[in-house]
Amino acid sequence: MRQWRFHPLVMVLPVIAAALAGRLLPTWTLSLATVAASNALVALGIVVLARTGNVSFGQGLFFAAGGYGVALVANAWGVTDATLQMLIGAACGGLLGLLIGPLIARYSGIFFGMLTLALSMVFYGALVKSSALGGSDGFNVGRPTLFGIVFVDPREADFMLYAVSVVTTGLAGIVAAILFRSEFGLVSLAVRENNLRVEYLGLSANRVIVANFAIAAAFAGASGAFALMAQRHIDPQFAYWTTSGEFVFIAVLAGYQSVMAVYVASLALELVRSFSNLYLPNTWQLVLGLFLLAVILFLPRGIGSLWAGRARKRADPVPDGGGAP
Amino acid sequence: MTAVLSVRKLNKRFGAVIAADELSLDLVAGERISLIGANGAGKTTFVNMATGYLKPDSGSIALDGADIGRRSPRHVARLGISRSFQIPQLFIDLTAAENLAVAIAGARSEALSPYAPAEARGRRALAVGLLERFGLGQQADRPIAELAGGVRKLIDIAMALARRPKLLLLDEPTSGVSAEEKFATMDRVIHAVASDAATIVFVEHDMDIVSRYADRVVAFYSGRIIADGKPQAVLRDPDVRRYVTGGLR
Repeated sequence: MRQWRFHPLVMVLPVIAAALAGRLLPTWTLSLATVAASNALVALGIVVLARTGNVSFGQGLFFAAGGYGVALVANAWGVTDATLQMLIGAACGGLLGLLIGPLIARYSGIFFGMLTLALSMVFYGALVKSSALGGSDGFNVGRPTLFGIVFVDPREADFMLYAVSVVTTGLAGIVAAILFRSEFGLVSLAVRENNLRVEYLGLSANRVIVANFAIAAAFAGASGAFALMAQRHIDPQFAYWTTSGEFVFIAVLAGYQSVMAVYVASLALELVRSFSNLYLPNTWQLVLGLFLLAVILFLPRGIGSLWAGRARKRADPVPDGGGAP
Repeated sequence: MTAVLSVRKLNKRFGAVIAADELSLDLVAGERISLIGANGAGKTTFVNMATGYLKPDSGSIALDGADIGRRSPRHVARLGISRSFQIPQLFIDLTAAENLAVAIAGARSEALSPYAPAEARGRRALAVGLLERFGLGQQADRPIAELAGGVRKLIDIAMALARRPKLLLLDEPTSGVSAEEKFATMDRVIHAVASDAATIVFVEHDMDIVSRYADRVVAFYSGRIIADGKPQAVLRDPDVRRYVTGGLR
């Protein structure tokens, strides 16, 4: 079995350090890092789900569900606390995932992916047509607070959002790392490889997929809450297929072998996008495409294979051939 | 003697092909039974119906008196029937010990732990212990993709054994194993499963293996049982010689 060099909980300190490091960062990087952390949270969910062999092309559904859920609660009951909003977003996404999961877990491969995409586009269509939710224009929400503290200074508000999103995404990463090394994580990998054999061993492959799907949906919902807090505005674009595509883009860049790779991939994507947008405003999508092609070409198992694959090789003992019949 | 598995008037068709034709059979606890027959005779279909993968068109299959004919493979496994496959069904990217750990997780009654490491609570020791019973302890940390066909076959059987089944069905345990290694492989299998599986059924084409390891032989032809009894008697049966062994014995 894979031998982990340290317990994932030791990552709590680096996560807190990364959050505090925001004090030293220039203002423009705070919002970039917040978006990167928020996107990484959705991509992390896709990676969690991908370990069962299924890729969701429609995480925008849960991203939007989290965002709209938080926006409605904030406007109706005045809930402005960032941590509460994040939890409400995660709950909205997770509950929707639990509702849809059992239906969708019957499918696999491209059918699974296309069904998630179709559901997100149905949701998008419903949002566009819903005048109560602002239709295609969406609606605004107020500035978030933290534990009763109102942040009037934009720099302080940006730092607060950065810190909460980094801590949340970091904790989600620790949870994912614990999950990956657990018995549940091992069975998830087994489902990806041979779900019928898993059933023959007395385990429910569908339940494993649904649980992973709900986790991915909760992560996307929490991320939707962060996107809402950052923009203080929500519209149906949250559920649009290009939004979902961007999350898959990050997950593909990262690969499924490492939690840290998701953050690296998300940050790399934001940096490439920001700088190519700055220096090549008319062709920045081309640069982004070339970046993805280069990663697929040279790191077909994702950025995480740079270190996760090597760690695996080190952990494997030299075969001595003993015991072969 | 009590029947562990009791099959009555079992029928299964695939279009015009009759895979099971009024099959009736009792498998008694503690027996080591070999199913023989030419390709397409209905042996694997029987195994697939007994393990819930295929549903019979009619008839009943009872495990310790409880009908299992309409149950899923997962339910059947939980009730006490395990199987191995003609082509080993393993988790290729995982190591041998991880494959066994998944099987051990399936054998426990409690829910999968989302936080306890897969190798915790002595689970690794259990997995390696099972591998050692097949002489494969040294292979524990090697990915399945790196292992030879014969080793994979044994790991497939070890996984089926993880839940200490009442009935263990082995689909061609020596297929893909070289002629000189067949007896050694079968010796390992019989030795390893002896203490855990009360009743063993193995599908086999090699009559030397059948006559050496089976207490009882059931011969299939066109979805029917044409002979059932002691190995020497069945292998001398004229119908078996004509349709199964091709007059080799």
